[in-house]
Amino acid sequence: MKELIKGMRANIPLAVSAMAYGGVFGVLSGNHGVSWAEMLAMDLLMFAGSAQLVMIEMWSSPIPVLAISLAVLIVNMRYLLIGASLQPVFEGRPLWQKVLGMHLVADENWAVTIAAHRNGGSCPAFLVGGGLLLLAAWTLSTICGNLLGGQIMEPERWGLDFAFVAVFAALSLSLWQGRDDLLPWLVAAGLAVAGEQLLPGKLYIALGGVGGALTAVFLEIVQTRRHIAVAGQSCDRLAGTCEEDNR
Amino acid sequence: MNELFQIGAVPAILLASGLTYGLRLGGLLLADRLPKSGPARRFLDCLPGTILLSLTVPGALHAGVEGMIGLGACLLVFFRTRNLLLTMAAGMAGVCFFRWVFHV
Repeated sequence: MKELIKGMRANIPLAVSAMAYGGVFGVLSGNHGVSWAEMLAMDLLMFAGSAQLVMIEMWSSPIPVLAISLAVLIVNMRYLLIGASLQPVFEGRPLWQKVLGMHLVADENWAVTIAAHRNGGSCPAFLVGGGLLLLAAWTLSTICGNLLGGQIMEPERWGLDFAFVAVFAALSLSLWQGRDDLLPWLVAAGLAVAGEQLLPGKLYIALGGVGGALTAVFLEIVQTRRHIAVAGQSCDRLAGTCEEDNR
Repeated sequence: MNELFQIGAVPAILLASGLTYGLRLGGLLLADRLPKSGPARRFLDCLPGTILLSLTVPGALHAGVEGMIGLGACLLVFFRTRNLLLTMAAGMAGVCFFRWVFHV
């Protein structure tokens, strides 16, 4: 329970920002003919802002079920990697915790949880606490926006469009592990920027994430081989000295 | 019921939600099967930073000069305080200030 509340508290800044955007998104959904009940079902069952935005953009009569699903699959492909990266947080936990907890994973509470895990540890309850707060903020604001229409203020006026970037940038830095991360991070940033221009949906996030992490693996393999080679040379030298001593 | 959910809405929402959840849980269960050391571990260790950076960098670049000012302000506050709420407030204040001064 303590961890749940801790997770909620840690996500308050992001929930404030999510609410502002949820309001605007709710207005947009109403303009696209999405009813409040459809909005509520999307919020509770899918809980993925960018994919929901794509869904309402494609919302027309008759609803293109397969095209929408394919678009959502592409936009949400990053969740496969995000899910994989949560393995240390769920390590040793029973399956039911994984099955229930993973539904409440959004970009925001994932990032806060990972940062907390690196800086002293966090558990699934921390993740779920953040997820519940974000789900409540997102659902409340989208439904209000959907029902109230254009009464919501422009978030750009208050710099809220920048809030996610600000917090994510700060969280990125807290994940920095040392000089070994430099090249993988540069590769990730480069691929993400290039991928955003060339790839559909949010695939650039997956491209940058995988490309950067593979670079780290490649570097580690190269370093390990170098260490083995140096160790081998040292052994040869040592063997040579022993032979001379024996003579 | 008919007014609340138009034809095709329920299958579309259920299918999209199922796929999203499948990706979330699938990623975690797949990672459980990976070796706990060596290249696979390094891959998983590095993944959070590279994903977060891939989420952030394109957005920061789109924000232009005001974004760089906001980014500078929030990084300064983050290193001083390690507080996310203050960091976000500093970033937003930096962007707001720029827009207010230059009427962007």
